[in-house]
Amino acid sequence: MTTSTQPVQPQQRGRARLPFRARLAATVGGAAGRASRLAGRGDGSVIGGVIGLRLQPDLLSLLAQGRQIVLVTGTNGKTTTTRLITAALGALGQVASNAFGANMEAGMVSALARAPDAALAVLETDEKYIPSMLEKTSARVVVLLNLSRDQMDRAAEIWLLARRWRAALAKAQNLQVIANADDPLVAWAAGEARQVTWVSAGQRWQDDSWCCPNCGAHLRRDGDDWHCRECSCRRPPVRWMLSGEQVIEPSGRSSPLALTLPGRANRSNAVMALAVAEVFGISVGQALPAIAAVKSVAGRYTQVTRKDTAVRLLLAKNPAGWLEALDVLGPGPVLLAVNAQVPDGRDTSWLWDVDYRRLRGRPVFVAGERAIDLAVRLEADEVLFRIVASVDDAIDLARGPTLEVIANYTAFQQIRALLGRAT
Amino acid sequence: MNDALRLVWIYPDLLSTYGDRGNLLVLARRAQLRGIRVEIAQVNSDQRVPADGDIYLLGGGEDLPQILAAKRLRGDGGLTQAVSRGAVVFAVCAGYQIIGTEFGGVDGEPVPGLDLIDIRSGRGDRRGVGEILADVDPALGVARLTGFENHQGMTRRGPGVAPLATLVTGVGNGDGTEGAYAGHVAGTYLHGPALVRNPSLADLLLGWATGMPLPAIDPRQEELVADLRAERLAAVSG
Repeated sequence: MTTSTQPVQPQQRGRARLPFRARLAATVGGAAGRASRLAGRGDGSVIGGVIGLRLQPDLLSLLAQGRQIVLVTGTNGKTTTTRLITAALGALGQVASNAFGANMEAGMVSALARAPDAALAVLETDEKYIPSMLEKTSARVVVLLNLSRDQMDRAAEIWLLARRWRAALAKAQNLQVIANADDPLVAWAAGEARQVTWVSAGQRWQDDSWCCPNCGAHLRRDGDDWHCRECSCRRPPVRWMLSGEQVIEPSGRSSPLALTLPGRANRSNAVMALAVAEVFGISVGQALPAIAAVKSVAGRYTQVTRKDTAVRLLLAKNPAGWLEALDVLGPGPVLLAVNAQVPDGRDTSWLWDVDYRRLRGRPVFVAGERAIDLAVRLEADEVLFRIVASVDDAIDLARGPTLEVIANYTAFQQIRALLGRAT
Repeated sequence: MNDALRLVWIYPDLLSTYGDRGNLLVLARRAQLRGIRVEIAQVNSDQRVPADGDIYLLGGGEDLPQILAAKRLRGDGGLTQAVSRGAVVFAVCAGYQIIGTEFGGVDGEPVPGLDLIDIRSGRGDRRGVGEILADVDPALGVARLTGFENHQGMTRRGPGVAPLATLVTGVGNGDGTEGAYAGHVAGTYLHGPALVRNPSLADLLLGWATGMPLPAIDPRQEELVADLRAERLAAVSG
């Protein structure tokens, strides 16, 4: 568990290094992505990569060569943290990134193909693919945010995921791991990596890590600190720390995190981004203004005015995400929308892991394809609500200056489409 | 039973993967709507399991937490003692396997369970993931089960153990049946908040625990759950 503080400098990157077939694959893929965007069939961030990989299966490795790659993973906060790191590294030149959350291999290929001259890339990576993506990209840095229950009908079980991360990180060479020490599963997963920057980024949701990932005993916890009484597993000493609204740097200096993005979860993401910036020799003074200026990420946190009501959109895809979103709410009316399509998880059981009691006493509206599941859940928590057909109905009924919306993935996309894709 | 109904949620720190709290909340709500006072105990794996509970709940879990939970519960003995004096047990998924005689470990090796019911579980050929429908043993007077399953287990019953239900769709025990019960011990592969969409199953457990006929609940308090049941039953059979 050593920490490297030697700044890494990106090298200049030549344009015409790829073999002909790979250049063709990247170009054809890029054209397909543009065609897809023009045809209005998505943001074009996946289709190009899919075609490119069909022509050249090792395209990702080829496109990654000669670049400094940062992979960003975890159950929640991947897209936002990717954006914050991209902003922080902007001082070093062009940064390639899959900024819209296309976090599997095809999305990464598209992002790199779109920016052939970028010497740096910040790539959001699906949790399941970390072992193979570490290999294919020869990543310089990997960022491990958190692990919690998520879409159990299709996602891997998280203790299993942590075991796979641990094995892959133990054998990776020349890799700087930036890991959240406050999440016991994450800390254990990074425990055998050669170089780790430990960050106290906090852990709001603890229901997936009451027990020791190493031996299974119930953990002792004291604030963000934790240790196991039955084996040697404990929170490692941290280099960076989120403390309330402040970041504490390795030097001990603290700075206020005056972010545009709301909430504790984003302060946590920002501290992780600052720890990445350090690896590239960028100070808090340089990185923080760029991080603080980010105001909306792929539609998340977007505020739009509709019928004189300021509507703010929050995306929450799993219990930990809902907990953080509920923390962010102001005092006004709120619309909750839940679907259960494949990207959301077909199983709505997770609704019962969220504590909604704090919504008592405020106007609550319920929508989405699985509105009744949510309604039954709120009834059990004695929260009063009204079921509505759309966000417009909620605006009409709320008749206030603000409406906050928390929605899971496809419900969020539907509402975003209705309100116009303003980001 | 004393004046309060004691609900015991066993090891939420190890056995709670996806909405298992729902079963606790549904039992508490349906008891309270009938004027029955409820006391809730959440017992973590570093605490003793009280032997004087009325209904014990066990949830789902990954392989390793499941094995750890079984080991600790065997060492603790509180649940076994409670069952021997007639307490009710309702267990889902990994919990369902734990209450049996044995189940499969990480590499399929047999792991001893609590032996509260004579069932043996192992790993099936394919993972059952999706909506499940099953018709409950008519002797129990419980409406058709609707739920979600997400497991790769299969379960065989010994003599004296009846299947909880016969499958309409889904994988269940792997032999066309779903769940099992013997005495006041019942388990199911419906995972997570299995009682939410199945209020009559919740009432069966409450009836077992109180030993009395349960008064009816104000129909206005049942409307949303009835809507949810109707929607899910229509979505799955249709």
